[in-house]
Amino acid sequence: MGDKVLMKGNEALAEAAIRAGCRHFFGYPITPQTEVSAYMAKKMPKIGGTFLQAESEVSAINMVYGAGGAGVRVMTSSSSPGISLKQEGISYIAGADVPCVIVNIVRGGPGLGGIQPAQSDYFQATKGGGHGDYHLVVLAPSSIQEMVDLTSDAFDIGDKYRCPVMIMGDGMLGQMMEPVEFKDTDASSLPEKEWATSGTGMKRKKNVINSLFIEASELEDLVLERQKRYDEICKNEVRYEAVDVEDADIVLVAYGTTSRIAKTAMAKAKEKGYKVGIIRPITLWPFPFEAFEKALSKNTDKTFLAVEMSMGQMVEDVRLAVNGRANVEFFGRTGGIVPTPKEILAKIEEIGGAK
Amino acid sequence: MKRINIITGHYGSGKTEFAINYALKLKEKFGSAVICDMDIVNPYFRTFDASGELSDSGVRVIAPEYAGTNLDLPSLPSDILSVFSNKDTPAVLDVGGDEDGAIALGQYYPYLKDEDYEMFFVINGKRPDTSNADDIIKLANEIQYASRCRITALVNNTNLSYISTPADLAESFELVDEVSKKMNLPIKYVSATPEILSQTDSKGVEKFPLKLFMQLPFDAFA
Repeated sequence: MGDKVLMKGNEALAEAAIRAGCRHFFGYPITPQTEVSAYMAKKMPKIGGTFLQAESEVSAINMVYGAGGAGVRVMTSSSSPGISLKQEGISYIAGADVPCVIVNIVRGGPGLGGIQPAQSDYFQATKGGGHGDYHLVVLAPSSIQEMVDLTSDAFDIGDKYRCPVMIMGDGMLGQMMEPVEFKDTDASSLPEKEWATSGTGMKRKKNVINSLFIEASELEDLVLERQKRYDEICKNEVRYEAVDVEDADIVLVAYGTTSRIAKTAMAKAKEKGYKVGIIRPITLWPFPFEAFEKALSKNTDKTFLAVEMSMGQMVEDVRLAVNGRANVEFFGRTGGIVPTPKEILAKIEEIGGAK
Repeated sequence: MKRINIITGHYGSGKTEFAINYALKLKEKFGSAVICDMDIVNPYFRTFDASGELSDSGVRVIAPEYAGTNLDLPSLPSDILSVFSNKDTPAVLDVGGDEDGAIALGQYYPYLKDEDYEMFFVINGKRPDTSNADDIIKLANEIQYASRCRITALVNNTNLSYISTPADLAESFELVDEVSKKMNLPIKYVSATPEILSQTDSKGVEKFPLKLFMQLPFDAFA
C-alpha cells in the first residue's frame, strides 16, 4: 500500500494480522481491546476468513488451539481478565507446540480491575501465566506503527519456532490513533507445517496435536527439545532500543506507552543538564539483557530507573540484568493511572541531585 | 449557526475535537453554550476529557455519570433533556462513532424532530474505512438510520494526526466534493489546525480552525 492512514491501535493490529495471512480469529470482547474483535467481525466475512465470538475466553483460546493445530494462522485478543481466563489454553498450546498469536491490551488489575491502561500483566506474560515449563515470546510495541510491524513478526516467529507469541500493549496503545503504513510482508522463507493436522491425503502418517504424554521420559525429551528452541529464540529474536546508554548517569528502562512518556521526560532532563539514556525492551521475553551489558560497558557508576504502569514487575528483570553492578530504582503508577513526564522528571532529579 | 448542533462521523474522524471547538465558538458568539458527551463507544479520548478547559471557558459539560471512570457503562444522563427544554442555550451533541454511537442519539428523536437542528457529518479521508465516497455515504446512511435524524451538512476534517500536511487536506477536496454532490449536502466547513488552514485554499468553503484538546500522555511536557 505505502500510503499512510490514520488508525486506532486496536484496528491497526487487526488489519496487520489479516495482512499477515491470519484468516481465523476467535475472541470475546473486552474493553480496551474490543475494536480488535469488532474489526475482525467486519472484515473476516469479506475475505473468506472466520470470525467467531466464542461464549467465553476459555472457548476462544481452545478454538485457537484447534485452528493453530491445523496449521493456519490464527489469533485471539483480549484484555487482562480475559487473558487470565485463557491461561490454561495457552499452556496446552505451548505444550503441543502450536503457533498462534495472542494479544493482550492490558488494563488495570488484579481482578476485574478497571478499563484504563496498565502494564501490570508483565509477570503473567513473561513468567508463566499458565502451568509448566514454557515461555511465551512477548512483543511490546510502543507506537501504532510498531504494533503493525510486530504483528507480522509475531506470526513469523510463532511459525518458525512452533510457539505461541503474545503482543502486549497497554490500553493507551489500543485506543489511541496514529498514522500508520502497511508494508508488504514475505513469509515465503518459513518452514512447511509438516506437523499440522490438516489431513493426510492418504499420503503420509497421521499427525497428532497433543500435550499429554504417558511416559515421563517422552515428556522430558520433548520439554528438552522445546528448551533448545527457546535457546534459539533467546539468541535470534531479542529486540530493544537503546539510546545514549553508555554515557548516561541515569538509564531509564521502560516499554510501551511508558517508554514514550519516559522519552519526553528524558528530553527535558537533558535540557536541564542530566545525562540520561533509555533502554526500551521490545521483546519482554526474551528480555534484552545485552542492552544492559552495553549500558555498563564503559562504567557502572550509574542508576537504572525502571518506569512502569505497575507496582514494579519488569524492575525484577532489570535487577537480574544489572546483577548488583549498579543501582536500580523504580517509579510506577498503577490502577489505570498513566505516569506523566513531569513525575518521571522529578524522579530523575531526585536520583541525579540538584543541577 | 443553529441552536442545536449534532456532531456525527466515523470514529477517528475528529468529531470530538470539532465538537469541543464548536461549543467554544457558540459560547463566544451567543454568550452561553452546553456540550453533551454522548459517546457510548469510546472509553478514552472523549469530550469529557476536556471538561476542565470547557468549564473554564464557560461551556457547560453534560457527560455520562461514569465517563472517565472504570465503569464501562453505556448510559446517558437525564440532564441531556435540559438541552431541549432550555431553548435559550446553544448546544453541541457529540455523538459516538459510527452507527453504534448514533443509536444513542435516536432516543432524542421525539425532541429533535421539531427542532431546526444542524447535524454535521465529519469526514476524515485518511481513515481507511472512509477513504472513498461509497464507503462514506454508506456510513452516513447507517448513522441516519440508527439515529433517525438527517445529516444537514458535511465537515471536511481530513488529517493524519501529528504528521498532517496541507497537501493531505487538499487531496481530500475531490473526495468530499463527490460525497457532497451524491448526498446533496453542503460542505459547511473545512477544519484543521490554524497552521494547516493558513496554507490551504479552501475553494470558498468556510475554514474552521481547531485548537486540539485530545493530548497523548507523552505529547508535551505538561
